[in-house]
Amino acid sequence: MTALESATKVQLGGVRGGPDETTLRQDRWWIQPVVTVSILTAFVIYSTWAAFQNKYYYVGANVHRDLVSPFYSPCLARSCVAGSKIGFALGWWTWSPALIILIVPLGFRLTCYYYRRSYYRAFWWSPPSCAVADAHGSYSGETRFPLIMQNAHRYFFFLGLILNVLLSYDAIRAFRQPGLGWGVTVGTVVLVTNATLLWLYSLSCHSCRHLCGGQVRSFREHPLRYRFWKFVTPLNAKHMNFAWASLIFVALTDVYVRLVASGALTDYKIF
Amino acid sequence: MANVTMRVWRGDGDGGEFESFTLEQNEGEVVLDLIHRIQATEAPDLACRWNCKAGKCGSCSAEINGKPRLMCMTRMDSLPEGPVTVTPMKAFPIIRDLVTDVSFNYVQAAKVPAFLPPPMPEGGYRMFQEDVERGQEFRKCIECFLCQDVCHVIRDHEDNKPHYAGPRFFIRYAELEMHPLDQNDRRDLIREEMGLGYCNITKCCTEVCPEHIKITDNAIIPLKERIVDAHYDPVAWLGRKIRRKPKTSATDAVVQPAP
Repeated sequence: MTALESATKVQLGGVRGGPDETTLRQDRWWIQPVVTVSILTAFVIYSTWAAFQNKYYYVGANVHRDLVSPFYSPCLARSCVAGSKIGFALGWWTWSPALIILIVPLGFRLTCYYYRRSYYRAFWWSPPSCAVADAHGSYSGETRFPLIMQNAHRYFFFLGLILNVLLSYDAIRAFRQPGLGWGVTVGTVVLVTNATLLWLYSLSCHSCRHLCGGQVRSFREHPLRYRFWKFVTPLNAKHMNFAWASLIFVALTDVYVRLVASGALTDYKIF
Repeated sequence: MANVTMRVWRGDGDGGEFESFTLEQNEGEVVLDLIHRIQATEAPDLACRWNCKAGKCGSCSAEINGKPRLMCMTRMDSLPEGPVTVTPMKAFPIIRDLVTDVSFNYVQAAKVPAFLPPPMPEGGYRMFQEDVERGQEFRKCIECFLCQDVCHVIRDHEDNKPHYAGPRFFIRYAELEMHPLDQNDRRDLIREEMGLGYCNITKCCTEVCPEHIKITDNAIIPLKERIVDAHYDPVAWLGRKIRRKPKTSATDAVVQPAP
């Protein structure tokens, strides 16, 4: 064995100090996992229910509005209600159109570095919180299938950008009031806010930061990429905030459109 | 002035238990002050490491009320009322009382392939401010090993130690990978032998870092993305093929630069 080999051989074993307890933390470390589980579970239940409803996702010309739920946009099935289609339809698709496109935000958020931190802690207890024992006897992290698929995050990021462009188009369309002209309603504000938050969430993504300029060795040799990197880096620091805000708001947007489309709520005109 | 009860772990490789000490606590004191007072009064054989008492040497790492922290930077008045628990770092074998054997970290340090600059150009090397700033954050590391201690990959799974470098060394790898003059490509090594894939980015390393280094966001995730470039991105693979850029293997990274 060479000197280098012997210096780089890890010695296992040895008795650990401290009592053999799950944790000695005295603060309420369990609050964060409980909040995460509550919000994510509520979102999954609501979005699954909403995706299978296949109705009340579009507010159209009959009430002088042009509002489409982000869960159903772009509406790609032949069964989509008039006005919500984008000029292209998958004729063979017979289920709810939401199921076609929800795979993109689902994949993007599921592989997101921030959500990974949250659900590994809250749902998988690996670990439930810092310095609280892992709930599993063995651990291989993201080295094997299926978790190795987390490396596909950047592709969901690209698909998410396409979706953001389409949702931004929906937000612009929300200024249109068929039969009345253009104006701003509560629905317009809701859709614009939703699109803005989704852009902020996407642009603050760690993969975005890497692709903008993080992958270069020398910023000096790539001044344009350095500028992009400098622009997204402060956003990246707020990725967690944008992740929660955009998640909650996209559900609220669907709730709003659903209530207006079903006639339970009136979309008030601001000006 | 008030009295406080300190529950300090006493023991060695043969076992141990908590010993309680009730002593005076003065305004502005840190946990290390109380440990020193215990040494000076009730237990002169209490073992603990310390050096600078200014949060810069990284010697007095321990777990205070179950959280990995520096004893010299933890003010007593920042802790909740009640007994204060002080235990040694859990991820490493105990030597005695609050002193642990952190040699795992020196083994991992020896595995890091060294900085490998190109031949000196005429006029010497030049590095620009934007590139200097990028790695500056990582150089703040004081090697307290609190990030290694809190990382559940080795804290809760001893068997991962041979193939997992840990957050402290991922910032070292990131610093070298982001260095504009470095010629070594360590990406395969980081993936195959340093076990970056074991990290599930729970950010505990960032939470405990006394130097507030954004270990996860600025080192680990950028390294993970670089490994995606090298291994999991078909577009990047195609780009390498077109440019005929050879892919390195884990053993290609040079451990020590040629003299």
